[in-house]
Amino acid sequence: MSTTYDGMASTIRDKTATFRLCQYTGLKVDVAAQRLIIANAVAAVVFLAIGGVMGLMVALTRWPAVHLLPAEWFYLILTAHGANVLLFWIIFFEIAILYFASAVLLNCRLVGPRLGWFAFLLMVAGGIAYNVAVFQGDSTVMFTSYPPMMAKPLFYISLIAFAVGALIGVGLFFATLAVARAEGTYEGSIPLVTFGALTAAIIAVFTLVTGAIILVPTFLWSVGLIREIDPLMYKLVWWAMGHSSQQINVSAHVAIWYAIGALVLGAKPLSEKVSRTAFFLYILFLQLASAHHLMAEPGISSEWKIVNTSYMMYLAVLGSMIHGLTVPGSIEAAQRRNGFNKGVFEWLRKAPWGNPAFAGMFLSLVMFGFIGGISGVVLGTEQLNLLMHNTLYVPGHFHGTVVAGTTLAFMAGTYLVLPLIFQREIIWPKLAKLQPYIFGAGAAGISMFMMGAGTLGAPRRHWDINFTDAVISFQHSPGVFLMMALNGISAILAALGGAIFVLVVVGTALFGKKIGPGHRLTFPLHVGARSVAKYGSDGTVKLPGTIVLVSIFFLAFVLYYFVNWKYLSDLWLFR
Amino acid sequence: MAITSPERRVWWNEPVERVELIWAGVALLWGLFMFFFMIAWHFIGQQNLSNEAYRVVPDAYVQKVEDFAQKYQVRDEAGTPVVKPPAGVDVYLLGRLWQWWPVLELEKGQSYRLHLSAADWQHGFSLQPININIQVHPGYEHVMTLTPTEVGEFGIICNEYCGIGHHTMTGKIIVVDKQGAK
Repeated sequence: MSTTYDGMASTIRDKTATFRLCQYTGLKVDVAAQRLIIANAVAAVVFLAIGGVMGLMVALTRWPAVHLLPAEWFYLILTAHGANVLLFWIIFFEIAILYFASAVLLNCRLVGPRLGWFAFLLMVAGGIAYNVAVFQGDSTVMFTSYPPMMAKPLFYISLIAFAVGALIGVGLFFATLAVARAEGTYEGSIPLVTFGALTAAIIAVFTLVTGAIILVPTFLWSVGLIREIDPLMYKLVWWAMGHSSQQINVSAHVAIWYAIGALVLGAKPLSEKVSRTAFFLYILFLQLASAHHLMAEPGISSEWKIVNTSYMMYLAVLGSMIHGLTVPGSIEAAQRRNGFNKGVFEWLRKAPWGNPAFAGMFLSLVMFGFIGGISGVVLGTEQLNLLMHNTLYVPGHFHGTVVAGTTLAFMAGTYLVLPLIFQREIIWPKLAKLQPYIFGAGAAGISMFMMGAGTLGAPRRHWDINFTDAVISFQHSPGVFLMMALNGISAILAALGGAIFVLVVVGTALFGKKIGPGHRLTFPLHVGARSVAKYGSDGTVKLPGTIVLVSIFFLAFVLYYFVNWKYLSDLWLFR
Repeated sequence: MAITSPERRVWWNEPVERVELIWAGVALLWGLFMFFFMIAWHFIGQQNLSNEAYRVVPDAYVQKVEDFAQKYQVRDEAGTPVVKPPAGVDVYLLGRLWQWWPVLELEKGQSYRLHLSAADWQHGFSLQPININIQVHPGYEHVMTLTPTEVGEFGIICNEYCGIGHHTMTGKIIVVDKQGAK
């Protein structure tokens, strides 16, 4: 390959692509990949802003004292909220992660950037068309669009277009991995972060294809070519897309945790073998999660429910619990090497809490485990599910995973993407420093208060828990109203954190100071980020702090699990 | 580092931290415990969802519920029949836009075979404030044995979105003491 260097030695051209050398990481960055990463990240943030405002409106409507929207608008906005944040924000960002983890981390060119732009445009078109379909009315069927409730054909076709675009992006990721390997742009195995991204991509193929399998016939049904869609079959297949796609998020945000640990603190995995095995468990078992949505359904055997809901004996939960130790463990080991070796927790106290990338990452890790993770296992237990099925506990749980976990992790990652890929210095660093805490507190609040309301019986997707217009009246306990008010306040806090994030990203992208050679970053990377660091088992380092953290986690998990069995045993008897 | 290739080409042979092995072992055992506890609850627990279900034509199910209500109706409440079936018989409840129909009056401590289905769209049977939540599908007749354990009036709300009247969809189960019991 003929490689020529220009005068500044910062740009490298070969036959196929133009690269620049990153002064902070030493990585060779394909300029075409960089442009696509920026485009996808910007689209992600735009959809986050739209979906976030919708989320705030939903929460303020469900706060009985405020009751913001009329019923028609509430259900319409709720339908739109789901797809904008859960699909469009997250998957655009994940496509950016895939391009980063393949082309950038492997020093390789991105295969087919033109196709990448086509995929991007298809996804943008799908996202816009979805919102158009919903706002036209007649498609207020919620994000899940359970038949026999029917939306307009545009509703389904827009999601199919978005999924096809995403699938093309995933394909480019695989192609880039193959080219990097063939051209020898890296030595040995792919980095752990790329391995995590590969896990996400493999699960993405499964979920996107499953989405096509269910949405194509449902689209044909909406135009009258198919007579009937069985509602139970629909749920089984739809959730093989809907829930498994959340495992794309888990794989992606765990990869981001490792990446931020590496870039900000110089953390390396305790052992490659354990961390990679944990990712591999996701690939093997996560697609069984469709069962989580079928625990309370008629006509499905308990044997099927138990095997599937537990991801085959909780082997995918095992993967997450392993990451729950190896991620903080690798950070503790790194911090102790960085000199913070006193006592059990100096490494944590003196961590860079003023760096929003680290703060966001660590809050995401803790909240994903304690709030989203534990509640997910409890909710996914065959019998316990009947206590919570379709109550507000369910959105409480998944706001713990997707908002407090994934979204916060992606926000944290963005604070590295801005200087390293956008090559702009973050404007308003003081505001950026506060952002993960404000958003994190709000996200924790909405998750826990919705779970609280659900535990008390409040239904999800419900405009009026006073049942004002019902023929047979019903009154919830006062606790429900308190929880909904606290949820509304938390949503305001989360929206404030989200607004600061959007302002900082947009402000930085447009007006941030361009980063030139020799610039010192406001939020510095670890010196090790530049060097070819050591890897593998850390040998002699002791991790007392991490052991304390995971012990507290385990205790909370076990206690909460049995408390719910106690609740269940107090119910009426049914068999 | 996590963003660079492993230092050793063959990382599979590297020794694993002891703390990682112990934690993975604990997590594995806990997972197995939780798995087998779900199975165990089918034997030791009193709250397990029935697997008995039948395919049914929605209109035929509506007819069954109407026949049932007519047979055992004892009074009327806000235009909805209150139905008091004798203990042990099959009890039918219908979810439709937007009500749970009819109102049931059951006796504490008696077991009933409860049939659940929907006439139109999916609905969410949510018994409050007990908090028993069961998904109801049109075309599927779900049959379970239900034993109320407390006396009082209990609301049934809908927790599956079923259109613009979703938040007005309610019903009621009244539980009274066993007849003859003092």
